[in-house]
Amino acid sequence: MLQRFRENKSMQGTFLALPTTLWLFVLLIIPLFLTLVVSFGQRSPDGDVIFSFGLHNYIRLFGYSTDCPGGQTSCFDPLYVNILWRSLTLAFNTTVCVILLAYPLAYFIARAHPKRRNIFLFMVLIPLWTNFVIRVYAWMMLLRKEGAINIVLGWFANLLGLDFTPLEMLYTPGAVLVGMVYEFLPFMILPIYTSLEKIDNSLYEAAADLGANAFKTLLRVTLPLSMPGVVAGTILVFIPVMGTFIVSDILGGRQVILVGNLIQRQFLDARDPTFGSAASLILMVMTLIVTYFYTRKFGFGEEIVAA
Amino acid sequence: MNPFKRSPLVIAATTLVYFFLYAPIVILVLYSFNASRANVKFEGFITSFSDRVQMDGSFVEASPCGPFHWYCDLSKNNDVIEAAGNTLTIAFTATIVATVIGTMAALALQRYDFKIKPFSQLSLYIPIVIPEIVMGIGILTLFSQSFGWLNQALNLTGDSRLALGIGTVTVSHIAFMVPFVTLVVQARLQGFDKSYEEAAMDLGANEWTTFWRVTFPMILPGVLSGALLAFTLSLDDFVITFFTNGPGSTTLPIYVYGLLRRIITPQVNALSTVWIAIVFIAVLLLQWLQSREAKPSH
Amino acid sequence: MTSEFAVEMRDVVKRFVTPEGHEIAAVDHVTMQIKNGEFFSMLGSSGCGKTTSLRMIAGFEWPSEGEVFIEGRPMGHTPPFQRKVNTVFQSYALFQHMTVYQNVAFGLEMEGADKSEIDKRVKRALEMVQLTGMERRRPRQLSGGQQQRVAVARALVKTPDVLLLDEPLGALDLKLRKEMQLELKALQQQLGITFIYVTHDQEEALTMSDRIAVMSKGRVQQLATPVEIYERPVNKFVADFIGESNFFEGRIKSISKDEAVAHIPALNTELKGLPMSRDFVKGEDVAISVRPEKIRIVENKTKGDGLFMAKVLTSVYIGSDTHVYLDLEGIRLKIMEQNRISRLDPSSFYSKDQVVTLMFMPENTLILKKD
Repeated sequence: MLQRFRENKSMQGTFLALPTTLWLFVLLIIPLFLTLVVSFGQRSPDGDVIFSFGLHNYIRLFGYSTDCPGGQTSCFDPLYVNILWRSLTLAFNTTVCVILLAYPLAYFIARAHPKRRNIFLFMVLIPLWTNFVIRVYAWMMLLRKEGAINIVLGWFANLLGLDFTPLEMLYTPGAVLVGMVYEFLPFMILPIYTSLEKIDNSLYEAAADLGANAFKTLLRVTLPLSMPGVVAGTILVFIPVMGTFIVSDILGGRQVILVGNLIQRQFLDARDPTFGSAASLILMVMTLIVTYFYTRKFGFGEEIVAA
Repeated sequence: MNPFKRSPLVIAATTLVYFFLYAPIVILVLYSFNASRANVKFEGFITSFSDRVQMDGSFVEASPCGPFHWYCDLSKNNDVIEAAGNTLTIAFTATIVATVIGTMAALALQRYDFKIKPFSQLSLYIPIVIPEIVMGIGILTLFSQSFGWLNQALNLTGDSRLALGIGTVTVSHIAFMVPFVTLVVQARLQGFDKSYEEAAMDLGANEWTTFWRVTFPMILPGVLSGALLAFTLSLDDFVITFFTNGPGSTTLPIYVYGLLRRIITPQVNALSTVWIAIVFIAVLLLQWLQSREAKPSH
Repeated sequence: MTSEFAVEMRDVVKRFVTPEGHEIAAVDHVTMQIKNGEFFSMLGSSGCGKTTSLRMIAGFEWPSEGEVFIEGRPMGHTPPFQRKVNTVFQSYALFQHMTVYQNVAFGLEMEGADKSEIDKRVKRALEMVQLTGMERRRPRQLSGGQQQRVAVARALVKTPDVLLLDEPLGALDLKLRKEMQLELKALQQQLGITFIYVTHDQEEALTMSDRIAVMSKGRVQQLATPVEIYERPVNKFVADFIGESNFFEGRIKSISKDEAVAHIPALNTELKGLPMSRDFVKGEDVAISVRPEKIRIVENKTKGDGLFMAKVLTSVYIGSDTHVYLDLEGIRLKIMEQNRISRLDPSSFYSKDQVVTLMFMPENTLILKKD
């Protein structure tokens, strides 16, 4: 038996990969399947799941409502469609802002003296490793009516002799966007840096030699060669933003409800896991579709591991 | 030559982004010395070390810690200490398990051919392409359904009933950590020249000895960075923990989140500051270790 | 053409600061004039300043002192993209995200040439380097030699006044390298433009160049034609670096016109009729060098004028030649004999400790400054 195992490479491979594969199967794949099953079910009066088969949760999610004004039996209620759309646009806006902020910084680090590169990278890692929840809290302190931003703005107004009424920034969509951008910025900097750092200096020289100025070099050489990093960063930012509920919960209050908040409330407050499961599956399908088309267009970089 | 390196535009943008990254952290630390219990306004620093300190404009009883009032307060908070303990227990246990099985899987995927290999490799990408909340509620459903069924089938009652707790959190953490360990170690193995192992076997080492004396030491840096990544992911995790924790298994992120929804005192800032300081020292230590490894020793 | 010289470096110095903080001159007061239509090589070992010189001509570096002229115009801090020179990089620096066609077209697009013009010129350039049909490939799908041709085509398509080549054949294997040497030379002659070629391979430089600048420690040691460099090296460094040389220590006894008589104490003899290429004074200590292939082993076993007895240390068969190492009065000599006859018979080799007679002609020796 031992001899057979020693000679059978395929058996050895299976043995080594089995714990991980099994673990992922039980805790990631079975739960996804369960979520699908539950999403077809119904909520029992005490918040448990009654297993049955129906598409009612999905129909409700896409706007079918029986709670209508004017005594109609059914009507279109855009509540949930709006939430889905809001999540999608927020994730898109966040990703765009993050790329715009991350790119120059990553470029700067990649072109810095090799001795100083580590220090600059280190300065990116510190905020990244500071806890997610703590980082949202920091923005809460900044954006509040009595917070640091208003204090600084007040000083300036005072200096210029202007009247100043503190701005209402917390609990607005803008606050959620800023919070999201702050949370996920390092996830974009690192992969872009990795792909920029790989570009050999002679390529910049070749471009200059062939007549390209700084701007054209950026457009035609630097950007295309760093695309794998941008793609990896986008995946690392877009997907989590779609599903995050803490940022909107703390910085958006009741004003900005995203699909993450919807799901969380179904499981904890509203106690309708079946509807929550359906919303969660729709969220998953949405991210998969976006990722699929995005990576098919730009390729899937190995930079994702580097981050 | 590098005419683009010193572009003032790039430098200005870089400065701005670093400011954006650090301003919130500086404010957070500053407020941990706030002489206000409500922590809404910054009322100035606590200056005296007496038993009665001025806070929100009036004198209150306080521990004689002076400016570090909120840090003393924190050290007396049993909930925080329990949460910190839970966080570390979960992170350590999950990291050890994830590193061992993740490294095994990396070896298998990089070195062997076997039937379920495509499936194993593909399953590694699940935590990257699926939002955490989807995994979180899926795992919650799995636990609640199977526990409910098992409790009924085995007639478990009272304390012996299966319920959410440290165990469920740890098991779930391992699930999302393993793929990262495996991918990092796999990347390390990709650049590994097989001739080292062939040389070892040529010199008379069997497969087992070759692995422990040659392969493992050479992939160790990869394994360690995988483990470190896993550890930080576990420490930082909120979403999965949020759905899989139960009574008595509150972690620090969950505890802080709970506080944010109630009244916030500068104690939260003190806690955050301590956390940032620990991270800072850890990253510094890591950089130092890496730079020491990178330098050739004479 | 506005100037006699395609490129001129006038007293150029380039200083760098090392990571340890020391300032070093990579290029140290270099002056050279490169003629139009010339195949010019800079030859030297790594760190001699040849690549830095080339990069200053290209515009990737700027001189700390002195000036680089291209077609008679001072370049100052003119950026690379405003100079009519183009570079073939050592690593080729091909854009991996572009096809062969796009790589070659890049420089023309930067000029703003229109599409049909670009197409015509790219096709012609690819034809010139024999890559027709490879337009849609990516650089990494090509062999090393093909990548090298793309790099050449990409630079040449811009019709530069001067083409700069930075060790372009370094990554190729020996056989391919020799083929490419001849091809590049033919290409240069066909186009009639100036090539400036950086290499550390002396055979490569001797094969291809019209003139060579031998460089060391940031300075030009000798700038001359290949024949002059080999036959009349100006100092011991060049004599040693280009080909091989045997050196004797000697002292000048007398001088007449361009010939000299020198005494070599080790051999206890005088050599007459030695050609001189530089100024020497009577009584000066000098080095006298003889190339290994210019010493012959002769049958005659007597000592006499230009004849010396030496002991064989070892002999090495390398196919076309046999290298014989000898001991001549304590001086180690190397001589090369062409294998004009088959050496299959073992007795045709010299044996260890065999005593042989050497002969070399005074006109084949050189007097060099002792350093």
